[in-house]
Amino acid sequence: MQCQVCKKSPATVHLTQIIENQVKKVDLCEACAKEKGVNDPTGFSLADLLLGLGASQKMEEANTATGAEVVCHHCGFTQADFKKSGRLGCSECYHVFADGLDALLKGMHKGTHHRGKVPPSLRKVVNQEARLSKLEAALKAAVAKEDFETAANLRDEIKQAKKSLQST
Amino acid sequence: MNVQDFLISPGEACKRSGPHDKIVLSSRVRLARNLKGAPFPGHAKKAERVKSLDILLPVVAGLPQLAPKPFAEPLDKLSAQDKQILVERHLISREHAAKGAGSGLVLNPEESFCVMVNEEDHLRMQALRPGLQLKQAWLALDGLDSALQERVEFAFHTQYGYLTACPTNLGTGIRVSAMLHLPGLVLAEQINQIIQAVNKLGLAVRGLYGEGTEALGNIFQVSNQQTLGESESEIVERLNKVLLQVIEHEENARLSQIEKKPRVLLNHIGRAYGILANAHSISSKETMNLLSLLRLGVDLSLFADLPKAVVNELFLLSQPAHLQLRVTEKLDAEQRDALRADMLRERLRPVQPPDAGKLGAKAE
Repeated sequence: MQCQVCKKSPATVHLTQIIENQVKKVDLCEACAKEKGVNDPTGFSLADLLLGLGASQKMEEANTATGAEVVCHHCGFTQADFKKSGRLGCSECYHVFADGLDALLKGMHKGTHHRGKVPPSLRKVVNQEARLSKLEAALKAAVAKEDFETAANLRDEIKQAKKSLQST
Repeated sequence: MNVQDFLISPGEACKRSGPHDKIVLSSRVRLARNLKGAPFPGHAKKAERVKSLDILLPVVAGLPQLAPKPFAEPLDKLSAQDKQILVERHLISREHAAKGAGSGLVLNPEESFCVMVNEEDHLRMQALRPGLQLKQAWLALDGLDSALQERVEFAFHTQYGYLTACPTNLGTGIRVSAMLHLPGLVLAEQINQIIQAVNKLGLAVRGLYGEGTEALGNIFQVSNQQTLGESESEIVERLNKVLLQVIEHEENARLSQIEKKPRVLLNHIGRAYGILANAHSISSKETMNLLSLLRLGVDLSLFADLPKAVVNELFLLSQPAHLQLRVTEKLDAEQRDALRADMLRERLRPVQPPDAGKLGAKAE
């Protein structure tokens, strides 16, 4: 097994941490473990370390599956840039590199959907989108239960909701 | 205007007090925000950074929350020493201090708000409060952010929330943190257990100056790591709950040390006083660790004539850039150690040694 940080030396330090009921593992060589402060719990947090590793790999897998290297049309940011810095180039990058992002965020955060503050100008749209996804879930459930009467009502409601979303 | 003339003097700044301030030195909430469409500072060319700065600096400086007359300047107007002073005051990050043209700073006169422009994100807005006041800090910063959103449009994604340069800050962009002084848990050798327990809750524990820094002087920073999938108030509430528990553990650790090992405790505090009041050369690290014990002695009422504000002030005045302020010639490390020791001896001269008899009497 290779060290996940330097990818050269064999991994001899295997660390497992449970963060919010999710098991996270890293395998490191002795030198990297020391450098990352694994032995010193005061300066060490697994989440910080994981960000640099698994994150960019996951995104790379998702994005290179399509073949060519993905480049942000807005700011020229590339996959390689992300791998190097762990940062994105501009707000557009979040659309360009969207494919691998959910997997990355799942390991990093409590969820993959924002549940906090919303800019006043977008509050209406965000509420409508939330309502729409709720209706769509209900429709799925109704169809599964073969409750077609409810399903028909929901379908009409969804149609309405989509229309009003487009008009805003 | 020179930032050093703008800052509150160390003596005054250290008099600030808040709830639980025996253990919680300060509370901080920060929000990361970015302009829609503009490249993030890390990827932007200098001209683009200057452009974002030119947009943001006047708008932020004009916010009613920061009135009257905030300090608002591009960082290239500040000297290296100015920036280091700001780092030692915990007003800007070390990363921000390394920046120059194309980055900026807005600070209000009370030093309760500090906005970094073009750090890792276009805006890193912070609300600072003494003691444990996370909720108050969040509410204040929320107001500042809302006022700002009436004037500029931020990058926002309906699923991901506020977009940030680093995906770790995505969503709310919030980082809620408190600086804790935990000598009791360190002396009782329970600190690692506490850190691990806090880590397991998805919270980070760091040293004095944030990410990647050592926990000098038994001072630890606890903050949230996750920013997406939870609302701001949930994050604030969660951290607050954890902190109240850590405070309780620290109080218990102190009490059990008093009860079980009073001599060990007095020995630590007495020696700390002895060295600080008599040394002729002392490193920054040793000073921090001994001042921590002195502060513990003050908390335990062992020093009748040493206010806590003075210990806090000594923490600040012992830092390299604050020491450099006392003299004009450039100090090397050895000269700093000498100057630091001179300053400490001078300030501690009127202070009587710890009164061991007070230890048992202390029960509040």
